[in-house]
Amino acid sequence: MKLSALHQSYLNRRSNSFRSPTSVDSSVDGSGKSLIAVFWLILHCLCCLISLVLGFRFSRLVFFFLFSTSSTTNLYSSAPFRPDLPVKHLDVHTLGRRLDPGANNLTVAAATAKSSRVVVGRHGIRIRPWPHPNPVEVMKAHQIIERVQNEQKTVFGMKTSKMVIAVTPTYVRTFQALHLTGVMHSLMLVPYDLVWVVVEAGGATNETASIIAKSGLRTIHLGVDQRMPNTWEDRSKLEVFMRLQALRVVKEEKLDGIVMFADDSNMHSMEFFDEIQNVKWFGTVSVGILAHSGNAEEMVMSMDKRKEMEKEAEEDSSSLPVQGPACNSTDQLIGWHIFNTLPYAGKSAVYIDDVAAVLPQKLEWSGFVLNSRLLWEEAENKPEWVKDFGSLNENEGVESPLSLLKDPSMVEPLGSCGRQVLLWWLRVEARADSKFPPGWIIDPPLEITVAAKRTPWPDVPPEPPTKTKDQMPLSHGGKTVVVIPKQQQHSTKIRKPKRRSKRNKHEPKLTDTTQVSSSSSKRQERN
Amino acid sequence: MKLSSLVLIFIVCNLTFSTISAFRLSRSQPTERISGSAGDVLEDDPVGRLKVFVYELPSKYNKKILQKDPRCLNHMFAAEIYMQRFLLSSPVRTLNPEEADWFYVPVYTTCDLTPNGLPLPFKSPRMMRSAIQLIASNWPYWNRTEGADHFFVVPHDFGACFHYQEEKAIGRGILTLLQRATLVQTFGQRNHVCLKEGSITVPPYAPPQKMQSHLIPEKTPRSIFVYFRGLFYDVGNDPEGGYYARGARAAVWENFKDNPLFDISTEHPTTYYEDMQRAIFCLCPLGWAPWSPRLVEAVIFGCIPVIIADDIVLPFADAIPWEDIGVFVDEKDVPYLDTILTSIPPEVILRKQRLLANPSMKQAMLFPQPAQPGDAFHQVLNGLARKLPHERSVYLRPGEKLLNWTAGPVADLKPW
Repeated sequence: MKLSALHQSYLNRRSNSFRSPTSVDSSVDGSGKSLIAVFWLILHCLCCLISLVLGFRFSRLVFFFLFSTSSTTNLYSSAPFRPDLPVKHLDVHTLGRRLDPGANNLTVAAATAKSSRVVVGRHGIRIRPWPHPNPVEVMKAHQIIERVQNEQKTVFGMKTSKMVIAVTPTYVRTFQALHLTGVMHSLMLVPYDLVWVVVEAGGATNETASIIAKSGLRTIHLGVDQRMPNTWEDRSKLEVFMRLQALRVVKEEKLDGIVMFADDSNMHSMEFFDEIQNVKWFGTVSVGILAHSGNAEEMVMSMDKRKEMEKEAEEDSSSLPVQGPACNSTDQLIGWHIFNTLPYAGKSAVYIDDVAAVLPQKLEWSGFVLNSRLLWEEAENKPEWVKDFGSLNENEGVESPLSLLKDPSMVEPLGSCGRQVLLWWLRVEARADSKFPPGWIIDPPLEITVAAKRTPWPDVPPEPPTKTKDQMPLSHGGKTVVVIPKQQQHSTKIRKPKRRSKRNKHEPKLTDTTQVSSSSSKRQERN
Repeated sequence: MKLSSLVLIFIVCNLTFSTISAFRLSRSQPTERISGSAGDVLEDDPVGRLKVFVYELPSKYNKKILQKDPRCLNHMFAAEIYMQRFLLSSPVRTLNPEEADWFYVPVYTTCDLTPNGLPLPFKSPRMMRSAIQLIASNWPYWNRTEGADHFFVVPHDFGACFHYQEEKAIGRGILTLLQRATLVQTFGQRNHVCLKEGSITVPPYAPPQKMQSHLIPEKTPRSIFVYFRGLFYDVGNDPEGGYYARGARAAVWENFKDNPLFDISTEHPTTYYEDMQRAIFCLCPLGWAPWSPRLVEAVIFGCIPVIIADDIVLPFADAIPWEDIGVFVDEKDVPYLDTILTSIPPEVILRKQRLLANPSMKQAMLFPQPAQPGDAFHQVLNGLARKLPHERSVYLRPGEKLLNWTAGPVADLKPW
């Protein structure tokens, strides 16, 4: 009884379409039932053994099919399946779709004359012979994706895009490669036409030219003969002058596009370039101000002071480090947010390599974009609230691009009226005495070797090399400036006469000091 | 004189036809007009074309059931509840049954939920039978046609077969009392017992607010090629596979689980709707039943539905040309799904996306509260209106009986 119950439960668990076994069962009377139970038990054991041998589950229903007297069972193998599949293996008997059409048809025939070609029951899981990605298909899919994205861009994005004219003032210094590479990479990602106008203080040098040539962008490299001064204030004045030079070139060459000011230490988001395409004549965006202070203590103090200030003045709209347009509730420009410099009063950096926080100007140039046609002499539809660029007098003190306009209220606020910060302002420069290899190519190669802590000579205590601070940076000209402690200098002189010729060219090098000291001590011992 | 007027009419007709065709072919808009086999009927207004009388059933058939379990308002079978609410306040409703073209019986048969939220259909036949007995005894309209001008909303897995297991549903067949009525159901499969000739297929209910709140900007580039989230093997009910989804979902998994183009998994991410909007194709394979709410989600989010269900009948199939909008893949072709999808020409894909962008298409898949023009409620009414006028043979002679009131399993005959 238990066995037949087991058998019954097994069948119920599997599927209900196998009506024939139950009918077979029920048609046999009581005395035969125990025989059948024994038969199923033997069959069960046999199937278990076969499963052990084969390594996958062998179904008892195969035997049923083999011994089945039903003439309507239709066996055909489905499209390739893999019996050696490890995880979700298939049953050997999952062969056909028409598993029990007889019973189905009886009930269906009453309702409809046709029978469905889709049959209920267990189906095989079809797996093709090589179920892995086909590289040709992947390529085709990527082409489809690109096509769809282009269509999306044309439908939802810009219909016609204007050229972007990026104006970057720069000069040769240690951090120039860092900053310029950052801007270069951002500009290389811009999906629109681009002209990069690089204005260099101190004349157009090969150093800068080699950096910007790597971009593959169309560049205009200008040189301004003045050298970049050492204070932040003077530097920003010179930068203004350089930008105006660039604008003059834009005017002369009649470049048509949108002028944006990409200061070389700023960081731009890609949405910035999409947003500025919306500008008609003169637009402004919000700039995030990252006033970095090199001294942690200074930073803490300024933070504390800022907290005090916040407690005092509750309505502090410029407590956010953002410089940008301020709008009223109808999204009209009413003014500008300016970075609050009060916490830094008296503690801001004056010289370029000061440790204190570097503060931005009241209105940074990088937060403004303008249509290049504003600069042209004659452009149709040029609005009247723009001053003629050609007659701009620099001596009057051009602080921000607003000086180019007669009416600053006509400026268009971009980035959902300044709510989106699309670029960040940051000023980080190296120390004044920092030196770097030209083109960042170290020539000749470095020859400082550092002693290992463990030496093969255990009786000599390892002496770590003592290096002074000045040993680290290398100067121009490729000379290795290495200052070694005096006693070792003396020993190297004794020990290596062969290197005299080399020594004339370079300063004495610091070699393996343990060897040196051991040999010298040995010599002394002998002596 | 006659000739000139005829020529004039001819010219006018030509002009109108040419403008219509020019409008159809214009590519400047990102959408395209949708017209199915019944014509351009998605935006028809049913008001004035039919009249519906709503029976006043005791609240034990509808309101009390809902009070017992308010979860019925949010699951995918909620269409029956919202249909009643819509009809009660709709201009097509009439309080005079003599002038009604269609009669609606508001009985919530899919609201008996397990703790997990799945509806149990075991009492539904009795409930339906009891409701019909009530209307047959209190109003003469049922006996007039034996239900041929009545319609019922039966959104459960296999419609009016009232069972979730397919063989049992096939074994039961459609409830005998509903043999002449029009059924509004989500299930649709050709040549299947549980799909009656003349039924109206509707989409499953999907909460419109929830989907609207997850919309992302349309210019976000679609970077996922094929997207699917859901079960491949139903380990609880079909541990070996091959039964669930007729093995089609398992085949998708086995063939494409390591394919970078197919973003398929069983996870439940919180960004499911957003991800669908970033995908080009969304798989809508069958599960235990051929229909799935994924179709609605795919249409709303502009993702081309890839329908893997043999012989399925999709919602409003006469109003919406699904062949032009979705991709149909036979279950036997699932191992070659990647080849099929990558061999679709890009122009066809863009056209499908344009059709999907049509707002009337998206509207037709939704059951918004309150009802809006062109939504699924109106499509149902349009479908009912298209079946009018009723044939003369529908009206029975007095005393004539076609339905066998005692047919069906014995358990169904018990009173509810």
